[in-house]
Amino acid sequence: MNLWIRDVIVETRTSLETFGAVSIFFIQIVARVPRALVTRTQLIVAQVYSTGTVSLMLIMLCGFFVGMVLGLQGHDSLARFSAEDSLGAVAALSLFKELGPVVTALLFAGRAGTAIASEIGLMRATDQLSAMEMMAVDPVERVVLPRFLGGVLSMPLLVAIFNAIGIAGTYMIGVGIMDVDSGVFWSQLHANVDFSDVTEGIFKSLVFGVAASLLAVYQGYTCVPTAEGVGMATTRTVVTTAVSVLVLDYLITSALI
Amino acid sequence: MGLLIAMADPSEDYIVEVDQLRFSRGQRQVFNDLTIKIRRHAITAIMGPSGTGKTTLLRLITGQLTADSGSIRVNGRLVNKLSRRDLYAMRRGMGMLFQQSALLTDYDVFDNVAFPLREHTDLPSRLIRHVVLTKLHAVGLRGAARLMPSALSGGMARRVALARAIVMDPKLLIYDEPFAGLDPISMGVVLRLIRNLNDALGITSIIVSHDVKETATVADASHLIADGALVASGSPAQLRVHRSDLVQQFMHGLADGPVPFHYPAPDYQEQLLSRDEV
Repeated sequence: MNLWIRDVIVETRTSLETFGAVSIFFIQIVARVPRALVTRTQLIVAQVYSTGTVSLMLIMLCGFFVGMVLGLQGHDSLARFSAEDSLGAVAALSLFKELGPVVTALLFAGRAGTAIASEIGLMRATDQLSAMEMMAVDPVERVVLPRFLGGVLSMPLLVAIFNAIGIAGTYMIGVGIMDVDSGVFWSQLHANVDFSDVTEGIFKSLVFGVAASLLAVYQGYTCVPTAEGVGMATTRTVVTTAVSVLVLDYLITSALI
Repeated sequence: MGLLIAMADPSEDYIVEVDQLRFSRGQRQVFNDLTIKIRRHAITAIMGPSGTGKTTLLRLITGQLTADSGSIRVNGRLVNKLSRRDLYAMRRGMGMLFQQSALLTDYDVFDNVAFPLREHTDLPSRLIRHVVLTKLHAVGLRGAARLMPSALSGGMARRVALARAIVMDPKLLIYDEPFAGLDPISMGVVLRLIRNLNDALGITSIIVSHDVKETATVADASHLIADGALVASGSPAQLRVHRSDLVQQFMHGLADGPVPFHYPAPDYQEQLLSRDEV
């Protein structure tokens, strides 16, 4: 058999095994959610807070620049069709439906995702998870689940902040520099953005939140318990989340359009 | 192999019974028909050269790993057959001291020791404070209650981990390499603590170690494992005069013997003269 065919078969098999392992891990987490919502409420709230605040400044900064670029590029493109007045609507639709959820998820993977993966990975490498097991404390419920839910719940909030700051950035460029009329900017935005556009973004942000958080906790929990293993886990978190988010984005968009 | 010095008295009460245990990792057979019994209320040492699977044996006894075949009984219950809930119930009666101490790095000393109490009991905080301070006092670290793990020396971290291991008043206390990396003073402190805790609390202790001298001073009985099986059992004094070359090599720390100094390699002279890749 050709070597490359064998490589493809091995790679495919490994990928399917990983997908299966991640799915089983997801089921294990979800099965613990009802109990944890009662017994681990404080931990979950603390994780929403810490996961959100860890990424907040980054999200705000990037949202502002993405919004400003949208203002510049949007105005430049729309001017070719004499449709500069639609800048607010175009920016809002781009942010709500695509850029907000996708860019936030990618930034989340790079900041909070790597933090979660390395934290859990280090706990694995220093036997802290084994110690919990020995103290009859379920590490999935105590360590993994709060971080997972923290990520899932904070993602839509971060996306909302990203979108709001992004619109502000576009407004600043469009109205402040490119002389688009302020009233037209807002009225176009209001007239052309439906509630379904907003819910599409919220839905995407929830799905991306699940994917990004799941991959981060999975990579940390299953990492090789060495310094190199923890490093590999954090790298894999970013790579697998980025690919997963973009694939999921296409699938959701094609299903909704 | 398998020479038993002190034959077990069948009437004795055993807390852990490992019978014909087989366990492999990948292609490597770690245990091959290993049989060990551990007496209640005694300090039992499990010794053996590095890499013989001593820590693996502890993980099998505590249900963190599953045996390929054979049986492991703790308090008469088959560990392999326990559900997760029953396994956790069993572990509540155990304490384990990890080689790396495994303190939770986000919590200070007090909260580390209080962790099992907060997880498993509804005790009021005043009572938890009382219990934790009592345990920390027992290991001499009451004054370090608010230090973070990063501020502790290796010996202190080991003692905090010991306080945490005993906070739920376990019946079985397991030590994984408790003397590794300790200075002589810390080692003496830990040795004394192991003896005192065992006698004062009336518990059973299992020490996994390759530090022969230190372990011999505290253990009531010792088992020596090598090549996946039990090589010899008996008191440390009995093992010291054992006829087996392997036991002699291990107990007296001889560099060469049945456990060779050199890892299997091609002929030295031939390899130096050849141009082949290493």
